[in-house]
This record gives sequence, C-alpha cells and structure tokens, in this order.
Amino acid sequence: MADQSPVIVVVAPLFAALLAGLIGMREKRACLPLTLLGLVVSLSAAIVLFRRVLAEGEVRYFLGGWDKPLGIGIELRIDTVNGLVLIVIAIVSLISAIFSFRPHGQRDTEKNMHFYILFLLLCAGLFGITATADAFNLYVLVEVSSLTSYALVAMGSLRRGTVAAFNYIIMGTIGASFYLLGVGYLYMQTGALNMEGIRVVVNQPDVLASKAVLVAFVFILTGVWIKTAFFPLHGWLPNAYAYAPTTSSTLLAPLMTKVFVYVMIRIMLSVFGLVWVFEHLSWSHIVVWLSVIAILAGSIIALTQTELKKMLGFLIIAEVGYMVGGAWLADEGLWGFKGAIYHIVSDAFMTSCLFIAAGIFYRRHDCHDIASLDGAFKRMPLTMTGLLVGGLAMIGVPPTCGFFSKWYLIRGGIDSGHWGYVVALIISSLVNAVLFFRIFEIAFFGKKPVEHADHGDSHGHGEEHAPAPAEPTGQAPMPTALVALMLSAGFILLIGIFNGQIMEWISLTVDPLNPFTKTPPL
Amino acid sequence: METSVHSWIPLWACLASLLAVIPIVVLRKEPFLREGATFVAGAVKLVLVLSMLPLVLGKKTAIECTLFQITDQLSISFRVDGLGLLFALVASSLWIVTSLYSIGYMRGLNEHSQTRFFAFFAVSLSATLGVAFSANLLTLYLFYEMLSLSTYPLVTHHQDKEARTGGRTYLCYLLGTSIAFALPALIFCYAKTGGSLQFAPEGFLAGHVGHVAALCLLLLLTFGFSKAGLMPFHSWLPAAMVAPTPVSALLHAVAVVKVGVFCILRVFTGVFGLEFLKELDIASVISWVAAFTVVVSSLIAMSQDNLKRRLAFSTIGQLSYIVLGVSLLSYHAVAGSMMHIAMHAFGKITLFFCAGAIFVATGKKYISQLNGLGKKMPFTMGAFAIGAMSVTGLPPTGGLWSKFYLIWGAAEAGQIVLMCVYLVSSVLNGVYFFPIVYRAFFKPLPEGEMPGLKEAPTACVIPLTVTAVGSVLLFFVPGLLLDLANLMFVSTPPVTP
Repeated sequence: MADQSPVIVVVAPLFAALLAGLIGMREKRACLPLTLLGLVVSLSAAIVLFRRVLAEGEVRYFLGGWDKPLGIGIELRIDTVNGLVLIVIAIVSLISAIFSFRPHGQRDTEKNMHFYILFLLLCAGLFGITATADAFNLYVLVEVSSLTSYALVAMGSLRRGTVAAFNYIIMGTIGASFYLLGVGYLYMQTGALNMEGIRVVVNQPDVLASKAVLVAFVFILTGVWIKTAFFPLHGWLPNAYAYAPTTSSTLLAPLMTKVFVYVMIRIMLSVFGLVWVFEHLSWSHIVVWLSVIAILAGSIIALTQTELKKMLGFLIIAEVGYMVGGAWLADEGLWGFKGAIYHIVSDAFMTSCLFIAAGIFYRRHDCHDIASLDGAFKRMPLTMTGLLVGGLAMIGVPPTCGFFSKWYLIRGGIDSGHWGYVVALIISSLVNAVLFFRIFEIAFFGKKPVEHADHGDSHGHGEEHAPAPAEPTGQAPMPTALVALMLSAGFILLIGIFNGQIMEWISLTVDPLNPFTKTPPL
Repeated sequence: METSVHSWIPLWACLASLLAVIPIVVLRKEPFLREGATFVAGAVKLVLVLSMLPLVLGKKTAIECTLFQITDQLSISFRVDGLGLLFALVASSLWIVTSLYSIGYMRGLNEHSQTRFFAFFAVSLSATLGVAFSANLLTLYLFYEMLSLSTYPLVTHHQDKEARTGGRTYLCYLLGTSIAFALPALIFCYAKTGGSLQFAPEGFLAGHVGHVAALCLLLLLTFGFSKAGLMPFHSWLPAAMVAPTPVSALLHAVAVVKVGVFCILRVFTGVFGLEFLKELDIASVISWVAAFTVVVSSLIAMSQDNLKRRLAFSTIGQLSYIVLGVSLLSYHAVAGSMMHIAMHAFGKITLFFCAGAIFVATGKKYISQLNGLGKKMPFTMGAFAIGAMSVTGLPPTGGLWSKFYLIWGAAEAGQIVLMCVYLVSSVLNGVYFFPIVYRAFFKPLPEGEMPGLKEAPTACVIPLTVTAVGSVLLFFVPGLLLDLANLMFVSTPPVTP
C-alpha cells in the first residue's frame, strides 16, 4: 500500500465523493461520516507518503505505470515541500469537516449531500494540484477545485453570496485561462508538459533568452496571482469568503489561496527553476515591491472593515503579500523562500482557526458585525480563546507559528537588503495588533462601557453587576465546532513550537536547488 | 560565572504561579481556598528561587536548562545568573506580600471578577520570572510579550470607559514598540551573528556589527523594551494607573516596569557587553535620553495632584536612574543600577500600598485631600514616609545605597553633569514627596470630615508595614544584593575609565 500512497491521497476523497452521492441519495446522514472517512484515509496516506519521502527522498509515481517522464503521462512527484502541503490540506479539511457537523434539521438538508460531494471534490482537486508533476494536469486540477469552490461559495442563503460567486467565477476563469495560455506557450517552445521536462529545455542556453518563454512565464504568474488574490488582483476574494456559507469559508479561506501560493512556488522551483527565475530574470525587486504594496493595502483596507469575515478576507490578502514577497526575496540562504513555504503551513492553520471562530459567532448571532461580539469573553469563553490564539498568531506573538514565519521572512528581508519588505511586515503586524485588540476590547468590555453611578471612582460594582449583554438568538456553539476550533488553535501552537523541524524538512528540498550556493542540477 | 549546572528548578519556579491558575479557577466559588492557592504558589515560588541562591551565590555557577531547542543555536532556555536571581528574588518575595494586600483591597472594595484578577496576576508573575531567567534574547522577547498580554486584563479590570482608554494606551505603547523596534532588532542580531542570541558576558554582538549598526540596534532595543518608560515612550505608565492599586503596586512599580529596565540591563550587559559598548562609545546617547527623562519626569511629578499619577511619574524617573546607570558603563554605576531594581521596588511598592490603603479607608485619591490623615492612619502614613525616604535615597533606608553607587559610578565615568542630574533629581524627589508627608502629619484634618476615619483593613496594613520594614532592613544588609550584582562582573573585570 505504501507504494500507492501518492495516488491514494488524491483519489480517496474522489471515491468518497462518489459514495457520498450514491449513499447520500438514500441516507443523508451518511455523508459526513463518508467525508471524514475519505479525509482520514487521505491524511494517513499523506503521512505514510511523507515518511517515505523522508526515508527515500523524492517519490515519483506514474499513474497507470506510464513511465514516460517527458511525454504526456500523469505523474505525481512528492518531495518534502508538497508532502508537507498535502498533510496540511488533509488536516485543515478534516478540521473543517468536523466543524461542518450540525444536528439534523438545523441545516437546509436538501443541500447536505451536494455540499459534501463538492467538499470532497474540492479536496481531491487540491490534493491533485499539490501532488502533480505535470503543468497541464495542474491546469485540469485547478479547474476541478475552482469549479467546486464557485459552487461552494454560491450555496449560501445570502443573495450577496451569489453575486460574490459570480465575481469569483469571472476572475477565477480569467486566471485559469491565463495559466493555460502560458502552459500553451511553454508547450510550443519546449514540447514538454512535464515540469521537469520544461525546466530542462527552458534552461538550455539557446532557449534561455526566448521571448516566448518569458511571455509564458508572465501569463502563468498573472494567472496564479489572480488565483492567490495577490493585490491588486484580489477583487474576488473578500466578498466570496465573507458571504460563503460558514463551513465553505472555513475550507476555502485557509486552503485555496495557500495552495495557489504553493503553485507559484512550485512553478518557480520546478517549471522554470530558481536559476532562471532569480538569475536570468532578476525581477525580484519589482515583485517584492508589489508585495509590499499588497501587504500594506491589505492591512489598511482591513482596518476599515466592520464585518469580521471581510476583515479576515483582507488580512488574507496581506498574508498572500507576505508569501509572494518572501518567495521572491532571493536572499542568499533562501530564508525568504523557505519562510514563505513555512508561512503556507502556518497561515493555513491561522486562517482556519479565525474563520472557524468567525463561523461560530455567525451561527450564534446571524450577523458578521464586529460590534455584535460585545461581551463575548463572558458568553463564549472557549470561542474567544480560539480567536485570541488565532489573533495572536496573526500579530506574531511567540510562541505561535505566526511569530516564526515572520521571523524567517524578516530574516530573508534583512539578508537580501529589502528594507521596504521588512518595514511592511512590521507595519502589518502592528495593524493586525490594532485590528485584533479592537475585537478583544469589544469582546472584553462590551459595546457600551458600563457606566455606574459612582463612575468617578469606577469601583464598587460587585459580581452581580458585571456587564451582561443581551443573549443573542442564534444557536449555542456545537461541541464539535469547538473541537475543530481547539484543534486548529492547537496546531497553531504546535507548528510554532516545532518550526525548526518543519524548516529542516523544507530545507531538504529547497537547499539543494539554491542557485546562490552552488550550481543546482538541471 | 564560568561554570554552569543543569537543573530544572528555574522552570519549576517559573511554572509555580502558572500552574496555580488551575486551582485558582477551579476554586472560584471558594474565595478563601482560592486565595490559599495563591499563597501556596507564592511560597513554593519563593522557596524555589531561594533554593537556587546557595548554588549561584556560593559556588558561583549559573543554573541552566533548555526547554526547547528550535534550531541548532536557537532555543527557548533559562539561565540563572546573579542579575536574574536578584530580580526573581525581588519579584517573588513581593508577590506574596502583594497577594495579601490584594485580598484586603479587593474584598474591601467588593470588586468584581476577583478570580480573573488572581489568575492573571499569577500568569504575569510567571512571565516575569521567565524574563528574569531568560538565557537568550528570543526567550526574553517571548516572556516580555506574554507579560504585556497577561497584564492587560489586570490594567483594564474595571471594564469601564476609563479602563478602556487606559488599556488601549497601555497595549499600544507596549506592543507597538516591541513589535516595531525590538522584534526587527532581534532578527537583525540573529542575521548578523549567524544564529546566536545567547546572552554572553562579553556580549554576543561584540565583533559582529559596525559602529552605525550597533547604534541603531542599541536604540531599537532600548526603546523597543518600552516597559522601562524611557521618554518619549512613557505615557503608558500614567495611563495604566486606572488599574486597581495592587496591580499598580506590583506590576507598575515592580514587575512590568522592572522587566523593562531588566531587559535594558540585559541588552547592555549580555547583548552588547560593557567592553564592546565602551569601545564603540555610543552609550552616551542613551545616557542623555535617560537623564532628560529623570529630570523632566520629576518636574511633571511635582505638578500632579492625583497621588497615583504622581507616583507613576516618580517611577518613570526612577526607572531612568537605572537606565542612566547602566549606560554609564562604569562598574559602580552598573552595580548600582542592578541594586536599584530591588531598592526602588521595596520603596515604591510601599508608596503604592499606602495610596491604595488611603483609598480603601477614605476614598481619597488626591494629594490635596490628605490633610491630617497621619493622625488617623499612623501606620499607613508612617510607611509612606519611609517609602518616600527610600525612593529619595535618605538613610536609614535601602535607597541610599543604590543611589550612592549610582552617583559614585557617574563620577567614576567622569560624567560630572550626569552626576549632577542624579543629585538634582534626588532633591526633586524630596520636593514632591515630603509635602505629602507634611500635609498628613502637620496639617489639621478639615472640619467635620468623617469622624469615624480609621486605618485600612489589616490585610492592607500588614503588607505595607512589611515592605516599609524591608526598605529599612535593606539599609543595614544590602550585602546580598551587592553580591548578586557583583556576580555579573566575575568574568569581566570592572570597567575602569
């Protein structure tokens, strides 16, 4: 079985989706267990696979045994970077599935089956994108995951969700088309679709200066940037995530943008090669400055938001700026590049934690306004604890993972001399601090400060006079939702504590390809 | 301090109060048992800290333990040396006293959410000890942030408008400066030294940075740890006076602000090293900023009528004594600033206890209302007089010794102007404290005011008496503190000008 682990990761949710369709028609309640089963199988396969990668090095898998590395075959190739991302996807989607559980009758049950089918297909698509070693297959899988995600966004009961989904479709399709166009150019120029095949040809001296390859790169990069919501190509994201159903957003927000950042990193690493990207192209300054704009814009727009999920959406845009900028820092030790990969892992859990907390609040209040959180520390202490952990990670307080990703990214910025990036990262941390403490303040003090007759002394109110905000009408948090929240909060701390180990794994793949230390193998 | 032994005692000392949160929360319905848990934890903590004394002081070995290895060179680890132990000793002994005082104060005023109060108090003590025992800059930063966050619910305890504004200022300054200044400096150090952040007697930065970079780092680190209240990042301290008085007493006279100056002491002695700074000749920038703070804050203190605010500005000045002392780089000044951590702690906590006791007994917050209180509250006002003497640096109180060393150190460094700053500021201290004492003892009680006026609850009076006696005792036995401070110079001989 271990030999087949690469493909099991991808197809387990696919089969689970089929089963969910078949069984779900008769028994809707079977959908969630099937989803969990499929994801658990994927997770265990991903862990087995990762152990194999650590033991044997890169694992290559040819679907159907078509062993033609340079021709059209479906190849999966797993190294420590995407092995790690696979595990992250599996865990985050599992947490999201746990969160999705709601007692019978509370959800629009007609959509139950469809929801889980889409959920599983999306996971299959994301696993596929991460595992594939073929530039064209990547496009196909991007479409699988994108189409399902449009549907997931549109499923909510809010009308604005439908409009947001429409926007998302338009932008997403444009992004995917750009990507496909780029792959087409590459195919014309190199005759290969396999990533390694393309890289070998692209780095040959006579092709190196080819304008077609350059155009292909620009197309691909633009396409991927639209998909990751890299400012100013972010327009679709805030509304899509804010007005999607709660469970959808806990799945989409942590994973979609992060997986596409991974795609960008994979393209830099495997399709063009770091030598081509950093030495031949040497655009890193421009891209890093773009990312500085993205970070600042995301943070500042987030400040103006009054709705929790929308604010989080803009924070994601800032975080995408962190990662894109980090990956392009091109410092000698590639700390920024590795930091960006680490940040994929940590940001996935941070966003998951925050969106789950936001989801719990939404179920409780039927309203996204930050102001509705008044006095939440008293009413929903556990949920607020989760939000607190997520918020502290976003601010970058040790020992959460957010601190260490900033640590590595800023180190990359210092080493490469990109002070603008360093300053942007710090400003964004400060803005995050303001944002989250504004929320904590509202949750701690209540919307209106408690006024007392003896206000001049501000003393003397006993336990019984403590602020007691009106009880909202929504549902109390489900224990399963709280479990999901605590899981993701726990991972935030774990990833922070074990950041050294994770960086070591990332370095295993990245360091041998570092163009600044020695000539990497083509 | 060349040798070191491995032991988990520092970790347990740090955890003692953190673990106490569990019984405090579990026993929330039983106030007496809950406070019992605080006392047990306080006693355990103090015993653990004291148990390290023979090893550190007697055998001159540092105690080390590594909690967590992040990379080959980077770790979350503890190392107990003279300075760390001195600070831990002060913080853990004063915690017990403050706990007793808190009970009197919080019950006396029938405050709400007392469980939360005691729980976060315990957490912040853990963070303080974590800072005291930190072996490297990363661990220091970690606990520093933990302290900022865990004290926020204490500062904003009243949860009213004033608390909200105060808390906002508090966090803005503390988190803002640490993220904007200290964190980048930290990472810059890390990048420059190739991965090491371990405090070393000769300074881990020595030889790794040039003149300009060193100056930038020094400024970033000194202002980044803004708990030290150096101007212009001092306004959080008066703002934080909205907290209940026990919090002001322990956190804003002892734990939080002293963590700030402790960090700066570590930056000077562990990060740069006194020799290296002398070689670069950049520390005088900090000296002048600190001297400015000393004088200006004393002048502001004189104009404050709110007793706690006057104490807060006095604290800002006294903290800058310490920063000024260490930036002079001479042996006596540095030793004096280490001692001043303890001396000022005992003096200032007494003053805050008194301010709280007056408030509990009479509800008075302003100095102009204190006429004639000395006859009604002899213990409180007597302790106040002793505390004021200690902070001013008059015999027979401990404050004399640290001030003596600081002034000596300034002379030793050849900085006559800065020496005069110390002297002038001592006079100013007297000017803003003794009118209060005079008012209380020699002016008559206003006509018809509260005939039943008497001392605050016993639980308030005992602690302030204890700390006042402590201040006097430190005059007679300052040796322990001096020995601990001297340990920091064993491997590097005293720097003579």
